[in-house]
Amino acid sequence: MSALLQVSGLAKRFGGFTALEGISLQVAPGERLGLIGPNGSGKTTLINCVSGALFNDEGRVEFEGRDITRLPPFKRARLGIARSFQIPKPFRSMSVLDNLRVPLEYAARSRTEQRNASDEAMRILETMGLAARAQHDSAGLTQVDMRKLELARAMAAHPRLLISDEAMAGLSGNEVDEVLAILFKLNQAGITIIMIEHIMQAVMRFSQRVVCLDAGRIICEGTPDQTVANADVQRAYLGA
Amino acid sequence: MRGWGFWAASAAVLAAGVGFTELADNPYYFNATYVVLQALIMAVAWNILGGFTGYVNFGSAAFFAVGAYTTIFLHKAFALPLAATILAAALVCGLIGLGVGYLTLRLKGVYFAIATLAMGIVLETLVNNWSFVGGAKGTYMLTPDQHLWFDSYSEMLFMVMLVLALGAIAVSRKLSSSRIGRGLAAIRDDEVAAECSGVPTLRLKLVSTTVMGAMMGVAGAPYPYFVTYVDPISAFNLFIAVNSIAMPMIGGTSHWAGPVIGALLVGSMQEIITVTISSELNVLLVGIMLVLFITLAPQGIVGLVRKHWKKRKA
Amino acid sequence: MFSADLFANAVVSGLLLGGFYAAVAIGLAIVFGQLDIVNIAHPAFVIVGSYTAYIFNTTFGFDPVLVGVAAMPLFFAVGVAIYRIYYAAFERTGQESLSGLAFFFGLMFIIEVTLILVYGVDYRLVSAGYSGNTLSFGYVDLPLRMLVPFLVSLTLTAAIWLYLSRTFMGRAIQAVAQDRGALQLMGADPVRIKQWAFGLGIATAAVAGALLIIIGPVEPSVGRQYIGRVFAIVVLGGMGSIQGMLIAALLLGVTENMVSTFYGPSWAPAVAFGVLLLTLALRPSGLFGR
Repeated sequence: MSALLQVSGLAKRFGGFTALEGISLQVAPGERLGLIGPNGSGKTTLINCVSGALFNDEGRVEFEGRDITRLPPFKRARLGIARSFQIPKPFRSMSVLDNLRVPLEYAARSRTEQRNASDEAMRILETMGLAARAQHDSAGLTQVDMRKLELARAMAAHPRLLISDEAMAGLSGNEVDEVLAILFKLNQAGITIIMIEHIMQAVMRFSQRVVCLDAGRIICEGTPDQTVANADVQRAYLGA
Repeated sequence: MRGWGFWAASAAVLAAGVGFTELADNPYYFNATYVVLQALIMAVAWNILGGFTGYVNFGSAAFFAVGAYTTIFLHKAFALPLAATILAAALVCGLIGLGVGYLTLRLKGVYFAIATLAMGIVLETLVNNWSFVGGAKGTYMLTPDQHLWFDSYSEMLFMVMLVLALGAIAVSRKLSSSRIGRGLAAIRDDEVAAECSGVPTLRLKLVSTTVMGAMMGVAGAPYPYFVTYVDPISAFNLFIAVNSIAMPMIGGTSHWAGPVIGALLVGSMQEIITVTISSELNVLLVGIMLVLFITLAPQGIVGLVRKHWKKRKA
Repeated sequence: MFSADLFANAVVSGLLLGGFYAAVAIGLAIVFGQLDIVNIAHPAFVIVGSYTAYIFNTTFGFDPVLVGVAAMPLFFAVGVAIYRIYYAAFERTGQESLSGLAFFFGLMFIIEVTLILVYGVDYRLVSAGYSGNTLSFGYVDLPLRMLVPFLVSLTLTAAIWLYLSRTFMGRAIQAVAQDRGALQLMGADPVRIKQWAFGLGIATAAVAGALLIIIGPVEPSVGRQYIGRVFAIVVLGGMGSIQGMLIAALLLGVTENMVSTFYGPSWAPAVAFGVLLLTLALRPSGLFGR
């Protein structure tokens, strides 16, 4: 089995501060991977290095066997890496529908034969349960709809790999279930998903495999049950 | 405005322009409209980068002046006709836009704005020290004898400006509704999210600065024939830069029609005030209007009208 | 053409000039370097400072430096008011990158045009007892109209540096630049701190303006020549570092003076902008940045 995403020996420093060190990670096609760790452990830095928002100082990032370490983010998006943002970043001057047209017309342009971006955008909004909001101003959405728009826009890039960065932060229990159901559905459609999440119960339910970061290193990797039982993980979280 | 409506309106404006040259004789009218049209092209150009893409250019006057000095140079060196110098000005100023953009747009956005301020003074210093185009003393341009089928050269210049202005509006309108326009809007709204949606942000920003620069060069190219005497102080005038910012801001930056409305409104007002009261007061008024609009009505006139419509619908 | 005394004089008067540049740039080092507010109208406030000194000097015969210092509280208040508008209209709504910049541009323009309307485009100057005197050391000349601004500027720079590093408010200003969140946890209101810092930045323009008009005659559009200079200095100095700013100011002063001595004064205005463009292209973190 060849990996969809392969990270090897990755390090990232900000000035004198080492944010990540010696990170090696494989993600198989179709996998659901959970990425956990306390605040400041380097989760977001890691996915920034994968999506290209930051360039790593050491190590390699490969996607579908291709070295993408030096590729700018827009090229990675075109290859099939999409992400949602922890703090939603909608295109505020556009309607919800037009928000999806951007990735459809750019990231997904070469890989799909979209005659009509609007129809395709509408179809994605329907699977996300946002169809009724299509013509609304994206800046005026509720918290949960904003989170869904983040995922919908990532989906419009027709990704092979979707990185969901705390897509459930600040949502109620029902809303968490709703977003989780959407992510399961996307995964069944064949999209590999890396989920970063603070809501433990959600990440454990979703993931097939969990990787735990602490202070810029991987301290544990295994099934959700193994992770919960791991002494290092407990120490990292409880600070004992 | 749907496609055919826009083109019909453009044709009507053009026909009205021709009629105007046939009927009116007083050169003042042509000169006054020329000035408004020149400002209109500058405003439309500024808005392509400022309004659509979200990057401020303070160096409009420099692009304009380089356009004007391209004409002066080519006229003096090779006696090229106006059409050729307009094309050359577009090329030169487009390249300058590309160059400044390439140097600074990889950094934080404000550096681009500061660099455009800087660029103005560097170019002005160059021209001041370049005696072939007149240096600091300036230079005279003789009005050519031929003026096609028009009654006078200033009538011809007026028509040239009208065609260029309609062309600029058409480009801006086409750009705003295209895929590139949506990419630019995405950059303006959130550059990181745009890049992650597959938008090649640096490349599109460079397209934007290049088109803006070229358009401003085009606006400046006929200027030497219009004023017949050009010196660095008048060509690099800060007022040109202020107008190019104020007109889109007052009209509304998010829509292609914003700078057009702003330019027609502010431009005509300036002509009236200059004639009836004084030109200094007019300059001050633009500054005050700019500050008032951006603090109180940041969406400009287009935004106010939209808000009004929404209220009426609701 | 090249001679040792010409060279020595160019270096010394470049240092004097650069020292004075520090006074013009220090307000921006606080406002742009620390608070990230792109106040391109700063040089216009410096010109207002010059005219304030001019008015009180010609009407009452007051010393321009004293007028500059005395005007600081008033400038401070104006700065606070402007920051409040800026915050309410742009910073709070995330509009600072486009509208905020245009706001300061408009402000700069209004100040300049108002000064032209009231005082015209004639050059104005002040008279102080020391204006015409020159100290000479061997073949190096130290004209007092340059030496006094140099010394006052260094004093101002030292005072601001001490203020920022030794007082609670000064440290809070530096903290607001680093991390807004941490400051809020400490219970300090970042908006109040920024408003104070902005006021301080504008207040320095009162002194800088007085120094400017001691050095030479001033007319309203002189301010524009300083836009490139002050931004070049602040960026080259590494954004917000006071020591870096001072060194960058001295460097720019010497370079400009060399260029105008050896190539002619008409090239001098381009030096700052060349330095700025090169810094942005090659080393945007400044001379002393990482």
